[in-house]
Amino acid sequence: MKLLRMKPGHGEIVLVEGDVEVAEEERALIEAFRRELDAGMWAAVPTRRTDGRREAELVKSFAEVPRDAERVIFFPRAAGGAPGTAL
Amino acid sequence: MLLGLATAALVLSALVWVLAWPSLRARLLHARSHARAWRAELAHGPAGGGELDYDPGRERRAERRARALLRSCVNEREWAMYRDLGFLRVFGRSGVRYAYLVYPHKPIVAYVPRTGALLSEYCVAFPDHSRPYGSARLPDSDDVLAKWMALTADERGLIADANMHLPGRQVDPRRVRRDLARLADWEREREGAPADTRARQDGLGKWDPDNVRAA
Repeated sequence: MKLLRMKPGHGEIVLVEGDVEVAEEERALIEAFRRELDAGMWAAVPTRRTDGRREAELVKSFAEVPRDAERVIFFPRAAGGAPGTAL
Repeated sequence: MLLGLATAALVLSALVWVLAWPSLRARLLHARSHARAWRAELAHGPAGGGELDYDPGRERRAERRARALLRSCVNEREWAMYRDLGFLRVFGRSGVRYAYLVYPHKPIVAYVPRTGALLSEYCVAFPDHSRPYGSARLPDSDDVLAKWMALTADERGLIADANMHLPGRQVDPRRVRRDLARLADWEREREGAPADTRARQDGLGKWDPDNVRAA
């Protein structure tokens, strides 16, 4: 499993990568997960349904992340914004 | 007489100068400190750290990574739509009655696919306050992906967080209508029928004629 974080001026970065079945690696994943949530990030797991539909699932704790998830993407929390200029 | 007037004018201007000087001086000092703060912000970024100088190469690389990430998350059709048209269409959770156009760094536009009627704009941003390179702004494709993930995972939550406006507040309705026409053309070219009648070929399940009739 990879934990990725979107970053301005960079694109995504890999925060940590590990096997959830290996206790030590799982611990590292959990720690990084908590750190990002504490920093105010949202965490999403991209999923693919059997009908081919792609969507994402927002997770609030590492326990909610499916064990077979390949990656969790962290991105800044949404804020009501009003970007200036018209298209 | 003339000498008297000149003397009076001189005295008057000296008096005005003496009276106005303290406030003038305060304004000058304020302007100087403001300029100093602005220069410091330019050099170090508003959050106090990071470089602010814009590096087009870095931004291009960031956008390339963001596009690859977006591509790996959405389905092939959605990716092709974004690649060819520059925006994504995401159907609402309740079916094909309404849909959203997701633009990079622009409000999400809700509309009715069957009629093309524009419903509203949802202003939402994903500012990264850590400002790693002096800017809180994600690359374009990351912004689209963030909106897509939030919409598909928690449509109601995202809409509740957004500032809702009538259509036309920030995104020109003529532009949106043009984009809807481009989308219809794109779909016709690609598959022979527009989405509102064929519906939900974006991997959103089977077409439900009741949904279309109800729209």
